[in-house]
Amino acid sequence: MQTSYRSSARILLPVRPWFIACSLAVALLLNLLPTSLWTGLPDWLALLLVFWSVREPRRVGMGLAFLCGIAMDVADASLLGQHALAYVLAVYGGGSLSRRILWFPLGQQALHVFPLLLLVQLVQVAVRTVAGADFPGFGYFLGPLLATLLWPVLTFLLLLPQHQPADHDANRPL
Amino acid sequence: MEHQPPPFFKRGPAPLALLSFYVAVAVALLVVDARLQAVEVVRQALSLFTHPLQQLAHLPAHSVASAGDYFVSLAHLREENARLQQAHMEKVTTLLRTQQLEVENERLRKLLGVRERQHASGQVAQILYAARDPYTRRIVIDKGQQDGVVAGLPVIDDAGVVGQVTRIFPFVAEVTLITDKEQAVPVQIVRTGQRSVVFGLGNGQLELRFLPANADVQNGDTLVTSGLDGIFLPGFPVARVVHVERDTSYSFARIFCMPLAGVENFSEVMVLDQRPPVVLPAELAQETGRETKPLKASSARKKRLRRE
Repeated sequence: MQTSYRSSARILLPVRPWFIACSLAVALLLNLLPTSLWTGLPDWLALLLVFWSVREPRRVGMGLAFLCGIAMDVADASLLGQHALAYVLAVYGGGSLSRRILWFPLGQQALHVFPLLLLVQLVQVAVRTVAGADFPGFGYFLGPLLATLLWPVLTFLLLLPQHQPADHDANRPL
Repeated sequence: MEHQPPPFFKRGPAPLALLSFYVAVAVALLVVDARLQAVEVVRQALSLFTHPLQQLAHLPAHSVASAGDYFVSLAHLREENARLQQAHMEKVTTLLRTQQLEVENERLRKLLGVRERQHASGQVAQILYAARDPYTRRIVIDKGQQDGVVAGLPVIDDAGVVGQVTRIFPFVAEVTLITDKEQAVPVQIVRTGQRSVVFGLGNGQLELRFLPANADVQNGDTLVTSGLDGIFLPGFPVARVVHVERDTSYSFARIFCMPLAGVENFSEVMVLDQRPPVVLPAELAQETGRETKPLKASSARKKRLRRE
């Protein structure tokens, strides 16, 4: 748990590990929905991994990102290692930038996250182009943009379980 | 030697070291998968975990679809039934005659000493979904290893060739559509009998390559499988020529075709059984130095095409 200057003035409760696991599982399910016809949907798993790597860099690391990436590769029928590589790089970026990102208000946090999510798509495009595939069109890069817009909403929703109870106890500040 | 304070908090290896480790593993996996196709077993094993998840994710869409089916009106069903019956009656006369013709053809071929044409047989499979990968054109069908599907089998629908099974999992199989950039089908133009190979373009169209600029190809020509690949039976419709570009500065004509089968639609398809390998005459087999064994994957097929 990290406090920051303005983004969340209140002190948060520590995160529960099972909540992280559940949110990642839901993101994986969202990614597996049969939505291949709509381009420009955000990569939910990448977004959640970046979110938790920024919020909890000690708990969500590159190992978890690698496993999630391999699961996506198998489910997605893409080259084995394509998502894994992209997610590992994004989580490394999120983890190493986390102290800096959390210092900013939510809007500017989203601006920091956009390049990380763009990196996920760029790495995949690079890998597939080297392997001999065609460029899939610019609609492919719409996903990170949408995910960036969702960042403030997501932060609010995912931090809800960590907010303090409403009834304050003067003797126990946490 | 630099003095280091004793570690108070165990934090594992340095992030940069971890990063290089995972990147190295991922790149190694990528190279092995793309170049050697050697990790199919790993993929199949992992699919045992991801497949239930995928089924769970598809549950809402399926239930919405089945609810829609449930509320289809009686009038609509009656109309459809009448239409289907009419279509059946129209077809039955030709079908009966076809059977008789097939028998006759077989007999005549026997008289001439030509090998009999093989009958098509296979199993019907349902298309589950299109693969999410935006770089390739693949679909996933609900028949896998458990149903005896092997990689390399041809897949057709009621109108023509759909594609070829390229990857198998325990319960599902992945079909690469003929419109995929990596897919090639040996074909024959019905009108002229000209043989060639049709390649997918990746945008829903096909291209007939390496035909000379003055080749006898017209818009509307139908292409059928030539059967030379030993995989597709001859005579299945594949595509129709829609556009021919003859530029004198190039030695080849650019011929674009549209697939005849409902390649990009969701419906039922038929996975055909494997063709028995054609035994080459002894001197030919020695010359080519390759044995006629069942094909393993599309890469093997492509190699074969290159040799031809």
